[in-house]
Amino acid sequence: MEDLWEKCPQCKEVVYRKALEENLKVCPKCKHHFRLTAAERIALTADEMTFKELDPFLSPGDPLGIGKSYTEKCLEDEKKTGLKEAVLTGTAKIGGVSAVLGVMDFHYRGGSMGSVVGEKITRAIEAAVESQKPVVMITASGGARMQEGTLSLMQMAKTSAAVAKLNEAGLMYLCVLTDPTTAGVAASFASLGDVILAEPRALIGFTGQRVIEETIRQKLPPGFQLSEFFLTHGMIDLIVERRLLKETVARLLQYGKGGLS
Amino acid sequence: MSDSILDIEKPLEKLEGKIAELKKLNADGAIDLTEEIYLLEEKALRLKEEIFRNLTPWEKVLLARHMKRPTALDYIQNIFSDFIELHGDRLFADDPAVVCGFAKLEGRSILVTGHQKGKETKENLRRNFGMASPEGFRKAARLMKLAEKFHLPIISFIDTPGAYPGIGAEERGQFVAIAENLKLMSRLKVPIVVCVIGEGGSGGALGLGVGDRILILEHAVYSVISPEGCASILWRDGKKAPEAASFLHLTAQDLKKLKVVDEVIPEPLGGAHQNPDIVFENVKISLLKNLKEIEAQYSAPSFEESLIEKRYQKFRKIGIVMEIVESNSKKY
Repeated sequence: MEDLWEKCPQCKEVVYRKALEENLKVCPKCKHHFRLTAAERIALTADEMTFKELDPFLSPGDPLGIGKSYTEKCLEDEKKTGLKEAVLTGTAKIGGVSAVLGVMDFHYRGGSMGSVVGEKITRAIEAAVESQKPVVMITASGGARMQEGTLSLMQMAKTSAAVAKLNEAGLMYLCVLTDPTTAGVAASFASLGDVILAEPRALIGFTGQRVIEETIRQKLPPGFQLSEFFLTHGMIDLIVERRLLKETVARLLQYGKGGLS
Repeated sequence: MSDSILDIEKPLEKLEGKIAELKKLNADGAIDLTEEIYLLEEKALRLKEEIFRNLTPWEKVLLARHMKRPTALDYIQNIFSDFIELHGDRLFADDPAVVCGFAKLEGRSILVTGHQKGKETKENLRRNFGMASPEGFRKAARLMKLAEKFHLPIISFIDTPGAYPGIGAEERGQFVAIAENLKLMSRLKVPIVVCVIGEGGSGGALGLGVGDRILILEHAVYSVISPEGCASILWRDGKKAPEAASFLHLTAQDLKKLKVVDEVIPEPLGGAHQNPDIVFENVKISLLKNLKEIEAQYSAPSFEESLIEKRYQKFRKIGIVMEIVESNSKKY
């Protein structure tokens, strides 16, 4: 039963899993965009068989000496997702354009950014500068990873500095914000795109809603911090449905250095 | 007044009260209490040393948040001369939680920025407890670009619980404002010295905190999340903040070990608020020394390029990862 059907968290309808998958994991009833794994993202974005992973051997240490409560959770998530960390980076063709592609996976430690995520993203952007390629970054993250303390915080500065180098090289940087992209990741490399796209109804923003409610002591309006909210407020360029995402990314890449003309 | 005294300070406060009483009696001249006063003063000093040598990370957090702790404007007014505060982001508003302006450091022109907490409740409300809104980050960005235009070094004082959590702040793109500052500060072609004077609260702190040197006061803290927030997420119990403070490795001493900060600036015994003049002097000496070192490293005309490349490499190196290289596990 569980394998065949899935309940949509938005409209609560029970959806036939196969139909959901054929629909790119978008609820056929209400268009809710389910969260994707990194592999599903790559399949959805890169031209077939073109993704080549960069830095596959990086995995988290335990820099603060937290112990098992951190290391075992990382291992559990590794088993669950098949990933060594919350981001996959690589080179790929997207609609025929060679690009560096980064995809985050919320299923690994909530997509949180510690030393490894920061390092992989920085290396990927540096590789793009080196090989003169544009970068497409698809984000899903709750923010910086607490278990690596201030080292995680500093990854915000490190990745943003790498984006600055990419800008200076005149290369296009395209961000796709998916549900959720918040806090330290939203406030660094995820929102520095030359163009920022978002999937419909993705939760975006800096501060968590509970913290805001506790601070201002009032309920937040419906739709607060969703993609549509930030489009209205001028913080993102475009909301793109999943079925049009690859096409839109490919069309945009045409306008940058290295795009097909 | 009494609510601005921390628990750790109470035994000391009691003893010092007693000493003051004895001194008053002594001055009246009826009995000679010089010896008793001397002994008590000795005792107070020993107690003070004992307390402040063994502060827990949580006690450091409380000290870093101390109501009487000098704020950014205290440093600015006591270290610099001719401070001219400049306001507004030219987009929306002026954010009183961030102060910026031109000033002279030993006669030398600089641009200074910092988070500004209030001295009492009324001012704290006006300044949002030092929590910057997008306007604050954008004001700083505007003026830091001016500093670059006029070749002025930048000094940035960090002291904030975090970026302001509000509806308007989100509407106006808090996350974008912070990210843009990180990118901007990583490439400004003038020396930047950052000094954490109290609370370094997460992205809101870092939004003014990218530079060539990161200095931190002995009892200041710098953290990815507040201990309360960390405890509430990890253990669903905000009251476990003292444990979270240890977990987060947020003290100046821990951050030096993790190579997140370059230098720890000593505070007078009892903390910066016990003798602000000493800490102003220590910070001034350190700022001058670090500026001099940054500038001495490079020779014109490639100064600007090597400056920003070195700054890039400084942050590039932060982080500890495991990498398997040719079947050898390498940790760095």
